[in-house]
Amino acid sequence: MSAEIPLLKVENFGLEFRTRSGVVHALEGLNLAIRKGETVGLVGESGSGKSVLSFAMLGISDAAARVTGGSAWFGGLDLLKAGESDLAEIRGREISMIFQNPRTALNPIRRVGAQIEDVLKRHAAVRSADLRARAVEALRSVNIPDPERRYAAYPFELSGGMCQRVMIALALACGPALLIADEPTTGLDVTTQAGIMDLIAERARASGMATLFITHDLALAAEHCDRIIVMHAGHIVEAAPRRELFAAPRHPYTAQLIRATPAAGSLLEGLSAIPGNLPDLRRRDLPSCRFRERCERASSACDAPLPRIDAEALSGVACWHPLAVVAEAA
Amino acid sequence: MIRVIALRLIGAIPNLIGVVVVTFLLTRELPGDPAAFFAGAAATPEAVEQIREKLGLNKTLIEQFGLYLFDLARGDFGQSLSTGQPVLTELVQRLPASLELTFFALLLATIIALPLGIMAATRPGSWIDHLCRLITTAGVSLPTFFTGLLLAYVFYFLLGIAPSPLGRLDPVFSPPRPVTGMYLIDSLLAGEGALFRACLAQLILPAITMGVFVLAPLARMTRASMLGVLSSDFIRTARASGLASSTVLYTYAFRNALLPVVTTLGMVFSFLLGSNVLVEKVFAWPGIGSYAIESLTASDYAPIQGFVLTMGVLYVLLNLSIDLIYGLIDPRVGLEA
Repeated sequence: MSAEIPLLKVENFGLEFRTRSGVVHALEGLNLAIRKGETVGLVGESGSGKSVLSFAMLGISDAAARVTGGSAWFGGLDLLKAGESDLAEIRGREISMIFQNPRTALNPIRRVGAQIEDVLKRHAAVRSADLRARAVEALRSVNIPDPERRYAAYPFELSGGMCQRVMIALALACGPALLIADEPTTGLDVTTQAGIMDLIAERARASGMATLFITHDLALAAEHCDRIIVMHAGHIVEAAPRRELFAAPRHPYTAQLIRATPAAGSLLEGLSAIPGNLPDLRRRDLPSCRFRERCERASSACDAPLPRIDAEALSGVACWHPLAVVAEAA
Repeated sequence: MIRVIALRLIGAIPNLIGVVVVTFLLTRELPGDPAAFFAGAAATPEAVEQIREKLGLNKTLIEQFGLYLFDLARGDFGQSLSTGQPVLTELVQRLPASLELTFFALLLATIIALPLGIMAATRPGSWIDHLCRLITTAGVSLPTFFTGLLLAYVFYFLLGIAPSPLGRLDPVFSPPRPVTGMYLIDSLLAGEGALFRACLAQLILPAITMGVFVLAPLARMTRASMLGVLSSDFIRTARASGLASSTVLYTYAFRNALLPVVTTLGMVFSFLLGSNVLVEKVFAWPGIGSYAIESLTASDYAPIQGFVLTMGVLYVLLNLSIDLIYGLIDPRVGLEA
């Protein structure tokens, strides 16, 4: 597996925001790789930089964002250094993205069919006479009932789950190699959630597409991902195959996250909140380990620069005092 | 669609009745006695009384109102005391002049304000953004009579490239055969190029004067609205789908940003139509604004009532068209609501 060239390989990636109230050190020293066809979960609490990372991959970051270094190789192209026209070619064709709040993610005053056609027109060599048929086909492929009729619907005429299906149809219309799903089920009810997740998984399997699944819901990631990357305050703190991560979390933050996640049969008393908050990323004196101030295992050894996880390693932990691997045996 | 329009028009009738009642009462409550005004300073009390009787002003308010309604129902707006002309005839002559000026001013303002607002919104903080701010601030701070006088001074008096600011048409020309009453359109319909140019030459300075004034709200609203839309989720989706930036800007962002702009457009339109008296005065433009002011100073009831009623009807039509445009732009706007 290690011999295979990953689809996307991010190395030593850093990004900051220049705001009026100071420089926000949003991402620092990120290493990660996504292989063809695999589903990787990117987990962390709100504000940990999950979405910022994905926007940067597509080159659609906020105007205040500045890449401070690193590389993100996708095929033969470094996404961080590529020009806008190269990126625009890749967006929607090679790498697609779906978002949370599907209702607001679609243009409210444009028919959903026309929105899919816009993407097809841009990227796929489709004759204009065939556009409509292709758009209807895209709607059918995400199991939207009566796609001919839905083609002419406006987003406000569809339910949230239906909008997310349209969003997926739009994202997958050109058969991308990588789908970034940014909290795709937030705001949907649980049964719809399951349907959307199954749909993404099914389409990924069918076309060999890789998925980067961004979520704050560890349980959802556990259900659907091959591998999980845990982020905290703009750092990747741990990466591991799913089973390994849940059986034996090595980073204290991962362990606390798992303890804070409700599972079937768990009692409220059994859940424990993670103490403290994310550190203010505008601080000049950010500790080298950004979890240090919330961590019960912290010591003076933690002042040393954080060990990084190799981008292509299947698992790794960025901590000087990781939890023992033997936990699996217990 | 037709049904919706008909329903809306029927729904506007109570408003118009209200307008009729209020203007009638207000004009009667105005200080000043039209009988005394028209009898002149040297008239005897008997002469004044005679005129009062002739004008029907000695009847009770109820009787006067009844007569007024009766005339109105027959399409008779009364006669102007100062000009002796039927009010309706004068309104029909003067309204197109005001409409033409207002439409043209709005057109000019829109052509400049929308691109300016869009460019300012796409590059916030850039020189074009600052230029936009400068122009809009100047536009609202300069009173129209000042802009008008300045323009007339520079382009007519100093440079001599504009015709004399006296009305709609140079006396050398005779006006085009009236179809719409708007000289530009009528001269085009008649196929007279030279006449069209002459009308345009007269129109351009007052139109710029008014246009500069409404440029500001339009450009500011376009900028603010575009900024709001450009930061919304579906623009991010459009960009994440790799759509061309022109598609994102116009097909996705601009159409969504249009609603508040259309509202502003309607507001400044009605504002211009009713309150461009100063511009009409400066350029001796024979519009309804100056007509109303002249009548008001002469306590000439019939033209004032006619003017306010016309404005009322125009407002109703304006609001209706804005709602219809809303429905065209935004499918979520139900016309029945």
